[in-house]
Amino acid sequence: MSTVRVDFLGRSKELLQDQALQSALRRGMSRFRSLRREVVGEVPEWEALRTRAREIKIHTLKHLPYYLRLLEERVQAAGGVVHWAQDGSEAREIILDIARRGGVQAAIKSKSMTTEEIELNAFLEAEGIRVTESDLGEFILQLSGDHPSHFVVPVVHKSKEEIGALFREKLGAPELREPEQLTRFARQVLRERFLAAEMGISGANFAVAQTGTVVIVENEGNARLVTTLPRIHVAVMGIEKVVPTLEDLAVMFRILPRSATGQRITSYISLITGPKRLGERDGPEEFHLVLLDNGRTRILADPEIWEALCCIRCGACLNICPVFERTGGHAYGWVYSGPIGAVITPLYRGLEAAGELPFASSLCGACAEVCPVKIDLVRLLLVMRRRAVDAGQGVGSLERLGFALWGVVSRSPFGYRVLGRLGRFALRSMARPERSPRLPFPFSQWLESRDLPPLPKRAFRERWRRLGQGK
Amino acid sequence: MRVSLFVTCLVDQIFPQVGEATVELLRRVGVEVDFPEEQTCCGQPAFNDGFWPQAREVARQFLRAFSDSEVIVSPSGSCVAMVREYYPLLFREDPQLHDRAQEIGRRTYELSEFLVRVLGVEDVGASFRRKVTYHASCHGLRGLGLREEPLQLLRNVRGLELIDLPGWDECCGFGGLFSVKMPHLSSAMLEEKIRNIVSTGAEIVVATDISCLMHIAGGLSRKRIPVRTMHLAEILASTAG
Repeated sequence: MSTVRVDFLGRSKELLQDQALQSALRRGMSRFRSLRREVVGEVPEWEALRTRAREIKIHTLKHLPYYLRLLEERVQAAGGVVHWAQDGSEAREIILDIARRGGVQAAIKSKSMTTEEIELNAFLEAEGIRVTESDLGEFILQLSGDHPSHFVVPVVHKSKEEIGALFREKLGAPELREPEQLTRFARQVLRERFLAAEMGISGANFAVAQTGTVVIVENEGNARLVTTLPRIHVAVMGIEKVVPTLEDLAVMFRILPRSATGQRITSYISLITGPKRLGERDGPEEFHLVLLDNGRTRILADPEIWEALCCIRCGACLNICPVFERTGGHAYGWVYSGPIGAVITPLYRGLEAAGELPFASSLCGACAEVCPVKIDLVRLLLVMRRRAVDAGQGVGSLERLGFALWGVVSRSPFGYRVLGRLGRFALRSMARPERSPRLPFPFSQWLESRDLPPLPKRAFRERWRRLGQGK
Repeated sequence: MRVSLFVTCLVDQIFPQVGEATVELLRRVGVEVDFPEEQTCCGQPAFNDGFWPQAREVARQFLRAFSDSEVIVSPSGSCVAMVREYYPLLFREDPQLHDRAQEIGRRTYELSEFLVRVLGVEDVGASFRRKVTYHASCHGLRGLGLREEPLQLLRNVRGLELIDLPGWDECCGFGGLFSVKMPHLSSAMLEEKIRNIVSTGAEIVVATDISCLMHIAGGLSRKRIPVRTMHLAEILASTAG
């Protein structure tokens, strides 16, 4: 895992200048928002569903060891193998070991943020195993050596022209302009890779403890192939993704596609319980489930923040976030972006590596309003800001000094009055005709695109006595 | 009924006319108003920026200043949300102050919330003959759930033509220190807000929080766009327009 500090400020400045990216994001995000609004509007009991989904997640997290053991037992009973990985390195070694034992030379993957989290592809490639991403977006990213910029539409930042050029350069494709042509071409390439792969690697949206079933939600059908065609299937899943029963899963099915892509249901839903059974013609011979901790139990033990583990990675908070809409995922420097990324990246990677991420929000609260499991993202951002300040991250020394002084002054009515008078006097005397006064840093940043309001001579409290004669 | 005005530091120091309009409006609907002079700031700037100990000191002063108040009314959804939603979090480790904060929070109201939900008044007898568009301030809208209240009040203002604002519930990009720490993103959000405001053809943009309006007005002024900003209290206090 790279430990480079996330430079949200710098990256977001660059990305804001990228006109193609800006219009792609605006188009994509506003489309998701309006689709979501439409399909959520069809469900009169939406709020009750959100509450139910949250209850399921909270209950499961509170009894996580129990449900994980049950899941393990049921997966084993269905003929699968369960592996426990403490961190990314253990998970990678486990997967490599499975590959080696199976004599695997080529693997095919479906979209999985968890495998991005553990940087699996680069590791397997270095070990001589050819890995091909089969989700169209991920395939494009892999060809260009790029990373996903959104949970659900990882390649939202690339135009079809760029993709056409990429296919010509890397795959020797002819001149293709339309998305349909590009998709057809990628499909042909991918079919070969599917047939050549001895191992399929997938993520998991959920796993049902009661039945030992791994669940994958998708639209392209590639995950269906990844999990059925190759001889070995390895599913990699964060431990927080388990749900107790099929009934609980049904609740998740109602909230996830609606929140993620604004669909009532996705084109494909795969429920996978163990490998191919005796007498069955299709399916893998081996099924492995890798359960990844990688910091999750540490977050679970954190009473202020553990609800972040309720996240089902739908991306609704990204789609609605006015900051994300203007930066895309790359500004957040790691696999998880948007409001939830601003909260969990510092948890997984440390406050120091996350830099000013917890401050990458106007705290408008739109994210919390759409979150299908009602994660209180505003509260979590506030808590992470407090921790960042305590750890000396994301705030400057001027800010620190300013608040120290402000705190001392503003807790006393006298101090507050004096500060107010001095401040207004100073700003009034700096006033210039028809223009805002010059201000020192950091307040000068306000004046980049905004004027200051004219300042009154007397504060309200000085005027109050004249008003005080009323009823 | 008697209420204590929690004027907020921003209104007190920079927009005193909004405080005056609030007092005038409350008196017109038959409410007695007092002003606890020991009040300073609610502590939100420090709290939102991660400086909780400093915020706590200032919040403690709020609790002292309003300890005798039966009902507290403020022309700011943001500051009310701070008191009602976040004081309990801020004082989570001090059971005594936590309970006091929770108890004071329950009797602290944003102005439109107080008028519509507590007093049951939707027509305050205002008249204002202008084309107006309404921007929903985030903390009032999502923090306090005030979706309809300000609109109900505006619809009953005589002569006022209310024009829907595209993206009315999207943030203007202020976010307190966010506007200073991430000015490029804040400005980009403001840009879109202003584009939407201009598209309505309204003469005036109204909101329930002066902080958003200060931000929007700052952008309008810089762009020399002749749209005025007014706080909801100022429009509701108006009888001559």
